[in-house]
Amino acid sequence: MSTSSGHVQGVSGNMVTVAFSGDVRMNEVAFITLPDLGGEAVRLKAEALRLKAEVIRIRSGECDMQVFEDTRGIEVGAEVSFTGQLLAIELGPGLLSSTYDGLGNPLEALANRCGFFLQRGVYLPTLDRQRTWAWQPIARLGQRLSAGHALGTVPEAMFTHRIMVPFGIIGQVEVIDVAPPGDLTVDATVATVRVLATGEVRALTMVQEWPVKRPVSCYAERLLPSKPMTTRTRIVDAFFPVAEGGTACVPGPFGSGKTVFQQSVSRYAEADIVIIAACGERAGEVVETLREFPELIDPRTGRSLMERTIIICNTSSMPVAAREASVYTAITLAEYYRQMGLRALLLADSTSRWAQALREMSGRLEEIPGEEAFPAYLGSLIAAFYERANIVRLEDPNLGPSQGSVTTIGTVSPAGGNFEEPVTQSTLAVVGCFLGLTYARSYAKRFPAISPSESWSKYLERLRPALDAAYFPGWVDLVNRLQRLYIAGQKVGDQMKVVGEDDLAQADFERYLAAEFLDSVFMQQNAFSEVDSSPSNERTALLLKLTAQVVDHDFGFRSKDQARETFTELTATVRDWNLAAEGSEDYRTLLEKVHSRLNASAAARAA
Amino acid sequence: MRKVYTHIDQIVGPVITLRAKGVSYGELARIRTRDGGSTYAQVIKLKGEEVSLQVFAGSKGISTGDEVEFLGRQVQLDFSSDNLLGRTFNGVGEPIDSRPRLQGAEPIEIGGPSFNPSRRIIPSQMIQTGIPMIDMFNTLVKSQKLPIFSVAGEPYNELLARIALQAQADVIVLGGMGLKYDDYLYFRDQLASSKERTILFVHTAADPVVECMMVPDMALAAAERYATAGKDVLVLLTDMTAFADSMKEVAVAMEQIPANRGYPGDLYSQLASRYEKAVDIEGSGSITILAVTTMPGDDVTHPVPDNTGYITEGQFYLKGGVIDPFGSLSRLKQLVNGKTRPDHAPLMNAMIRLYDAARKVRQQQSMGFSVSTFDQHLLAYASEFETRMMDLAVNLSLVEQLDLGWEILANHFTEAQTTIPGKLLATWWPKNRAA
Ligand SMILES: Nc1ncnc2c1ncn2[C@@H]1O[C@H](COP(=O)(O)OP(=O)(O)OP(=O)(O)O)[C@@H](O)[C@H]1O
Ligand SMILES: [Mg+2]
Repeated sequence: MSTSSGHVQGVSGNMVTVAFSGDVRMNEVAFITLPDLGGEAVRLKAEALRLKAEVIRIRSGECDMQVFEDTRGIEVGAEVSFTGQLLAIELGPGLLSSTYDGLGNPLEALANRCGFFLQRGVYLPTLDRQRTWAWQPIARLGQRLSAGHALGTVPEAMFTHRIMVPFGIIGQVEVIDVAPPGDLTVDATVATVRVLATGEVRALTMVQEWPVKRPVSCYAERLLPSKPMTTRTRIVDAFFPVAEGGTACVPGPFGSGKTVFQQSVSRYAEADIVIIAACGERAGEVVETLREFPELIDPRTGRSLMERTIIICNTSSMPVAAREASVYTAITLAEYYRQMGLRALLLADSTSRWAQALREMSGRLEEIPGEEAFPAYLGSLIAAFYERANIVRLEDPNLGPSQGSVTTIGTVSPAGGNFEEPVTQSTLAVVGCFLGLTYARSYAKRFPAISPSESWSKYLERLRPALDAAYFPGWVDLVNRLQRLYIAGQKVGDQMKVVGEDDLAQADFERYLAAEFLDSVFMQQNAFSEVDSSPSNERTALLLKLTAQVVDHDFGFRSKDQARETFTELTATVRDWNLAAEGSEDYRTLLEKVHSRLNASAAARAA
Repeated sequence: MRKVYTHIDQIVGPVITLRAKGVSYGELARIRTRDGGSTYAQVIKLKGEEVSLQVFAGSKGISTGDEVEFLGRQVQLDFSSDNLLGRTFNGVGEPIDSRPRLQGAEPIEIGGPSFNPSRRIIPSQMIQTGIPMIDMFNTLVKSQKLPIFSVAGEPYNELLARIALQAQADVIVLGGMGLKYDDYLYFRDQLASSKERTILFVHTAADPVVECMMVPDMALAAAERYATAGKDVLVLLTDMTAFADSMKEVAVAMEQIPANRGYPGDLYSQLASRYEKAVDIEGSGSITILAVTTMPGDDVTHPVPDNTGYITEGQFYLKGGVIDPFGSLSRLKQLVNGKTRPDHAPLMNAMIRLYDAARKVRQQQSMGFSVSTFDQHLLAYASEFETRMMDLAVNLSLVEQLDLGWEILANHFTEAQTTIPGKLLATWWPKNRAA
């Protein structure tokens, strides 16, 4: 396809209107040349400043483009050159441990080049060109392969990184040459293939580009999610589980703990690859991850957490259009690792900022606004994004069958903390799991502030066999029963606020205390404690059983005060136990203390 | 060659539109009015040859025949690291302290690009203010961005002035937006004693609305220069709601579709791009931002405080003349509370827990429930806590604050009632310390 050119006709915020000649594709990338370089050119020592932009609307010889940079200085008449390429990201070894902006520019390399501040118009390759990788061929000469099939592998961190036939190739290719094992850079030719449909001969390297807004679909089939994606946050894993290959959303007002929850999941989740999309949020929060992950050792692999992590960082003061692209960049990376038979987990914080980026653009395009000025197509874009999460069966002629998955957990930041707004509602309509954080719980310091009464997961029943196997037989039944018990206790609590404690029946009051106990010792969890932040499955199973034992126990209380005292003491003991390391002195004695308290009242009743 | 035009087609609110060529987005223009006055304007939309500009001084009195000269540059601030200190400017960066223009100043870009996240460091130092409800209970951390949510009528400007005078910082930049003239004079007089480290950018309620929009950018551009030169800069902004309202006004004049209660859809991004200038730079200085945000109708879900809360790292709630310990939160305090004194965090938690209990007793009491002896202790504790610690007039070092905390607890409770771990009580409980 020949590339076209054009001239700027108008500028409004980050939207530029361009008159073009030739053909232009929707979502094609173009560069706008800034005529006057001013101070920037001196700093950059660059030839000319060219700003990256994407076509988002085409009408009669003119197209509207969103510019991924500050548009100051653009003049009417400025030259625009179209690339013929859709907005894409480079895929290949070396993505892990890296931090990129929303377009895939490596932030560390940008800093080395430009210093403390991001400079517009500077675009660097996503993958390191110098680094070499230990190439191991797999494909055999003459073999016929399709998109996604492995040509060979390189080790990346603790993974076997598959170098695959590019996802964009249509039909089969015949392998006509394969590089022998050796240390190669990503640009070295690792295989030469003939595309059967066209006869074209192509030299393939370790790098391929993929248009981020298009899902990668080189798999044999999509499977029904049937395994849990363990997060190590108890209330989620037990009551509102997330499925591997499933989706969850985490809405909540500011300060309710969305980011702390996601940070906890990013550390402890049972995923192979974690992609963090810091989308329009605070840079400071990314820095915590950036500085801490390299120091944290993942006990399951013995390697640093950073080695399984990629950060897409387009924080709130970075260009808004690149923020819109960032969630797509992130999910494309997740899909890429899914194609290697790995479990990728995408954590997007916050999808509302992405939706706001869409709203800003829609406003500039003067489209007819929907609710709260969000565009009418907001719902379908959100649905399409979450649909890219899945678990799939992969078939590789040389490596055999495997499963890979993308699990997506997105936070939502509803205006005024009100879940009735369009982004929350559109998201709720498409996700499998809803973890609603409430102001009331965070104000009362009941963290994680996930509401036990408003949240839900469609996966609990579907995962029943897997959960019963992971914890103990009857786990899901017990969870369901405790959930009902919690709701019943809550009702009493609400009633109590109106009528006061004195007018409550003793049994009702005990029901309330039982629900509070379940909340305090099981649903609440200290994300900042080394022990409590990530209990093992065994420990969670033990705690749930213990909780059930306490709430089912017949204490034979004679008064409300007596009941309250006992529950207060038991709560304190079990909460302390939650903080005690497995195998420690406290771990044993505190557990004994609970049991002896239960036995004592049993003995008292028997006497 | 400079381009001069003499025909303005349209004047709506603070926005004028004319036909011009070779103009760039964001470019600065000077408008000469008939009466010999002049004002600046900035290009905010280009559509073919149609150019829209926001006029800094507003469009009052602008004639369709006024002269518009495009200056071929963006809005800038005249910066000079020595000569800026002690000076007062308006929102466009012109001195308003009846002193001459800056000598040897270098024009710098305002609203510059964002700091590369990979070059940020985790904040680790507290900023002492002498105010117990901040230092002890919600510690301000160097490079933090915190709003002061406040209802109209609360003493927020007094609080800012106090912090400006007492906080440990090399440079203080105050940005006033929509200030009452009296408040401007108040700040000027209050800060006179620390003039050598203070810079004021002031927009008063009587000044044109577009100038209000420029204040944070001016203040932060200056702050960034000092910070990259190794200085710890404290930026105080008041009132960010006036800033947001000025954006709303321009957006309406541009016929933009409002998102929420008339505010433009990019309110979040606009506020964030200012607040995110707060930074701690490895091996260099820092920028800390404290920004008053008045809440219309005491409603925290109003778009301005709501969007602000989603951007900042916690908030101070100014309510009834004090910083409310429950609604307020410094999200970064745990990064520094471990390094002050070992009793800091547990003492703070115990005092808040007991104060919360006292608050509940007060409620019950007001509903006519009976009050136990322990409840009496709680009530007495609460009133001593309020007068000796919460009162904004209290001014103590952190060590004095902590010692006072122990003293107040000991006045009302036994060691066990505090539920503070025994090891700490052994060291810090007043009786044990005296022995
Ligand atoms: N699990 C937790 N345990 C203890 N404290 C918590 C927990 N979760 C949140 N917090 C407290 O709440 C504060 C805010 O949490 P967080 O930053 O996650 O909120 P958020 O919902 O992401 O807010 P925003 O929408 O403004 O980004 C934290 O700084 C911390 O003080
Ligand atoms: Mg957050």
